[in-house]
Amino acid sequence: MYFDLTDEQQAIKSTARDFLAARYKSERIRELAESESGFEQSDWEEMAELGWPGLALPEEWGGQGLGIVDLAVLFEEMGYALAPSPLLSTTVAGLALALCGSDDQRRRFLRPLAAGKKRGALALWDAGSAARPGEFTMEAKPDGDGVVLDGEKVLAMDAASADFFIVATADSKRHLVEREAAGVTVTAEPSIDLTRRLYSVRLAGVKVPAGDTLLADGPDFHPVLLRACVAIAAESTGIAQRTMEMAVEYAKDRRQFGRPIGAYQAVSHRCAQMLLETENSRSAVYGAAWAADAEPESLPLAASMAKAYASDAGWRVPDASIQVHGGIGFTWEHDLHFFLKRGKANASTFGDARWHRERVADLVLAEAQAPVPA
Amino acid sequence: MDLSLSPSEREFRDEVRTWLEENHPGPEPEGGLEEVMAFRREWQGRMHEAGWAGISWPKEYGGRGATLIEQAIFVGEAARQEAPSPANVLGLAMGGPVVIAHGTDEQKQRYLEPILTAEEIWCQGFSEPESGSDLASLKTKAVKDGDEWVVTGQKVWTTFAQYAKWCMLVARTDPDAPKHKGLTYFLMDMEQEGVEAKPLVQITGEGEFNEVFIEEARIPDANVVGGVGNGWSVAITTLMNERAGLAFGAIAQIANGLKRLGELATETRVNGGTAAEDPVIRDRLAQLQIEAETMRLNAYRGLTKTMQSGIPGPEGSLGKWQWADINQRMAELALDIEGAYAPLDRGAEHAIANGAWQYTFLRSRANSIEGGTTDILKNIIAERVLGLPRLR
Repeated sequence: MYFDLTDEQQAIKSTARDFLAARYKSERIRELAESESGFEQSDWEEMAELGWPGLALPEEWGGQGLGIVDLAVLFEEMGYALAPSPLLSTTVAGLALALCGSDDQRRRFLRPLAAGKKRGALALWDAGSAARPGEFTMEAKPDGDGVVLDGEKVLAMDAASADFFIVATADSKRHLVEREAAGVTVTAEPSIDLTRRLYSVRLAGVKVPAGDTLLADGPDFHPVLLRACVAIAAESTGIAQRTMEMAVEYAKDRRQFGRPIGAYQAVSHRCAQMLLETENSRSAVYGAAWAADAEPESLPLAASMAKAYASDAGWRVPDASIQVHGGIGFTWEHDLHFFLKRGKANASTFGDARWHRERVADLVLAEAQAPVPA
Repeated sequence: MDLSLSPSEREFRDEVRTWLEENHPGPEPEGGLEEVMAFRREWQGRMHEAGWAGISWPKEYGGRGATLIEQAIFVGEAARQEAPSPANVLGLAMGGPVVIAHGTDEQKQRYLEPILTAEEIWCQGFSEPESGSDLASLKTKAVKDGDEWVVTGQKVWTTFAQYAKWCMLVARTDPDAPKHKGLTYFLMDMEQEGVEAKPLVQITGEGEFNEVFIEEARIPDANVVGGVGNGWSVAITTLMNERAGLAFGAIAQIANGLKRLGELATETRVNGGTAAEDPVIRDRLAQLQIEAETMRLNAYRGLTKTMQSGIPGPEGSLGKWQWADINQRMAELALDIEGAYAPLDRGAEHAIANGAWQYTFLRSRANSIEGGTTDILKNIIAERVLGLPRLR
């Protein structure tokens, strides 16, 4: 039993902390928030040099072959820095290919993705649906050896800058569709989160050859979702950590009634609550990340626990930080709102807290009659 | 990172598990505290014979010298199997470790063995009517008289004082020194004229703890622990020991509680279905499961940190806070599941689960008060972990 980062993981953490802090200062995040793509290609290239797009992908396909714990370390830092980057969407697309793709698909899509030369995005949820994990309505109509797709996908992260999409259909299959393919239209959808772009993807008679449909089926994609949950929950943990630190610093400096406001228990107890939620979030995330690497049978419960908890903490902690800051925290000029918005957007991505708690209830109530596990 | 037990840790767990399964004395007797204490004394005797009492104590003092992880495994396994508490829980968790850390050779010789055997029960005389969270303001005074000290004052919330032979007493020996400096830690014989313990009846109707009235009681100078004027730092060691040992038992106890809560939800009908099908109940139950898991994982992270640094950090306060909160909310949810039946107590024919949750609901009210109130824990976290300024 040893629950701490290894030296190698500490090194990933400090490299990421330094790299991201140098690139994403407040002014830079604001510039990118107003830009069209929302990120900077040259930053992406540097991240690719660091091996980040392929961090948790198999070495066989050009990845670094590291685990989900290492991935969580990186994404906690991405959240801490509030890095505007398509790294999350591409990472999840990469995991989908690594876990569910054919060798041919891996050769064409995964290898360039791991090298940072191609980006992938998820186009899973159908316009007008509840956009919950695993519930898809788009039909895959047979067309020769392949299928043809018609309809509109929503909430597709970083779609405009992706080279290909992973599109879900009602038969619980996934299809690889290139952004440049005939019949694909990508439209920006303004999001409260200005540090991550969302798009709708309209597919009008888009032909998918047989070789571009992933072999896996329904539940086979579950491990991809669970790992995506761990990564985004790690990001939310970083958001909580950063905004808690901001609140604590402010509470030490800001004086009212002749004292630093952090000396008042109304404020200091709020900060203690922020610490509790941040640490709980971190424990849940690394517990689930470890399960992904070492004990996959406990991953479904652990990942839903982590995503549920971090979904809440990821926006409540920045929200509490705004309260500690008072009026200045509500201004556009202060950075806190960017964190709150990312946290709130993360909360509803890959299943919200309520959805994941329902999963937890399912899993634990099924065991209600079983003996207490060791 | 490795959250599983190593082969040797697993071997240790299996040894603990087997021993407990073979020696578990069954549930505690119903009835008065007297019967319960007798039962627990016998249980502790059995633990001691097998070398499980004082598991954290060094071997040279009759303990097992177990590592932190082994202690965690033992406490967790005992709670999982719902083994009774040993009779001398305060002596084992606090008194012994303090004598080992601060006591003289004579004190170690005299006091340690009877703690392990439960021959002599210990209690803790810290809190006073006017000094609760602000412990260092305590007023019980000790005045030197030859080679004895004469003690007068009052202590309160003294668990098992009515059965105790020795009291870990903190008293003021220098009224002129700053409040943290003028205190001394004594071992006071409870069996003397001048010491009177009167049980306080709790909201559960039981009397676990007491008021202790001290009127010119006598303590030999040889019973000072850690030197005159050092009472505060000796007392702090005691409290650290109290907190460090509790976490893993609390975690297993919560796991048992959550399992029972799941069973209660599955068996109780509400709104035309079972409570386990009710979306609001499911959501609350899941949230408790999640928080219990974060508490467990936090404790493992804390344990790793303590093994590296050698001392438990102030982060332990998070666990105590969380434990109280989860325990209280579990019982609240149970009573909500029971709905209209919630008032029916033990002994009522139609009480659900024999009124067990009614007792838990009431007893758990103390969880956010005993052993450091949640409010004080938040102060500790704010000041010692986050570095926020003190109000005082």
